[in-house]
Amino acid sequence: MTLITRILSKIGSATVDAVWTLGTASVFIFRVLSRSAIVLRRPRLLVAEMHFAGVLSLVIIIVSGLFVGLVLGLQGYETLKRYGSTGAVGTLVALSLVRELGPVVSALLFASRAGSAITAEIGIMKTTEQLSAMEMMAVDPHARVVAPMFWGGFLSMPLLAAIFSAMGIIGGYLITVVVIGVDSGAFWSQMQASVDFHHDILNGVIKSIVFGAAVSSIAVYEGYASVPTAEGVSRAVTRTVVTSALAVLALDFVLTAFMFTGVH
Amino acid sequence: MDRSMVDLWVGLFVAVGIGALLFLALKAGNVDSIIKSEGYSVSAEFDNIGGLKAKAPVKSAGVIVGRVSSVNFSNQSLRAVVKLDLDERFQFPKDSSASILTAGLLGDQFVGIDPGGSLENLVEGDRLRITQSAIVLEKVIGQFLYGKMSETNSD
Repeated sequence: MTLITRILSKIGSATVDAVWTLGTASVFIFRVLSRSAIVLRRPRLLVAEMHFAGVLSLVIIIVSGLFVGLVLGLQGYETLKRYGSTGAVGTLVALSLVRELGPVVSALLFASRAGSAITAEIGIMKTTEQLSAMEMMAVDPHARVVAPMFWGGFLSMPLLAAIFSAMGIIGGYLITVVVIGVDSGAFWSQMQASVDFHHDILNGVIKSIVFGAAVSSIAVYEGYASVPTAEGVSRAVTRTVVTSALAVLALDFVLTAFMFTGVH
Repeated sequence: MDRSMVDLWVGLFVAVGIGALLFLALKAGNVDSIIKSEGYSVSAEFDNIGGLKAKAPVKSAGVIVGRVSSVNFSNQSLRAVVKLDLDERFQFPKDSSASILTAGLLGDQFVGIDPGGSLENLVEGDRLRITQSAIVLEKVIGQFLYGKMSETNSD
């Protein structure tokens, strides 16, 4: 009997904790958003954060995009060869990248490259009491530190996803057309015949915007809520990466169910 | 790194990102779907449309001349009503016929338009009178087997 009550109370307290965290995080994000006017007043802060979250993530995004495209082209070619429709490999590469892989994989890379760094930076600022010092000087850390980081990540993510998709298509082109020898005209024309601007490309961009908002929110919140010790910051960074990955995949399922299913 | 270099890199990053979006929109996607070209809409009734779906291409002599805008069922005629959006650059005689064809053996289905001989052209809201339904593989196989059986019985 005591075992059952203990298990039940564990489940109960875990649920209450989760709801509590969700509430705190929502209030925190709302507070950051409501103090975001600083980004317009001092665009330099935003530019610095976009450099940190966007420009420094370019190398990993470009290289992974290229390799994902190469693999997709190779695998797609091997499968389509059996049906004698290797020209459709362009369609396969472009649709899988623009709809799914571009936004999802770049969001996962973005979470581990930029999200973790954002969490660590805010966490260490908290540990070394820089945030408290700012408050003492009547500088609001939500506005001065957190808001530019959030918006830098939010604005970088759709651009990174677009670059990822474009690099993937170039990778697919390189392996199938240049190396294997699929007809270049068939590759591009079949791709253009089946990739729709509104249905595929815009929905992919919407996905990347949602993922950018989710990953940036999680990263700044975990940093701000971290326990101010070395161990606490390291746990916060881990939580950022894990929670971001789960959130991105779950959101992707929901968005895909809305965007790409049913009669259209 | 001093501030001007950071600005330069961020500017470059934004330019490359927008360039990638343009690449996706113009090179990977079809430009026609962004700029909706002017056109006219006609309808056709079919006994059976097979697997025809909205957005399937409408072709004449193998050239894409429009798209299927909707597929519906008519309670009056008890047939399938297919609406076709045709590009206004292409004009067809009023007595043209529509048939549902398949690209390759297992490919997607599309609507083919065979031009007739009338001097008047199709206009907005017209209906194609002569139609040919999709070939349903099961029916063809059934007819073939039936024919084979009656052949062997007569021997």
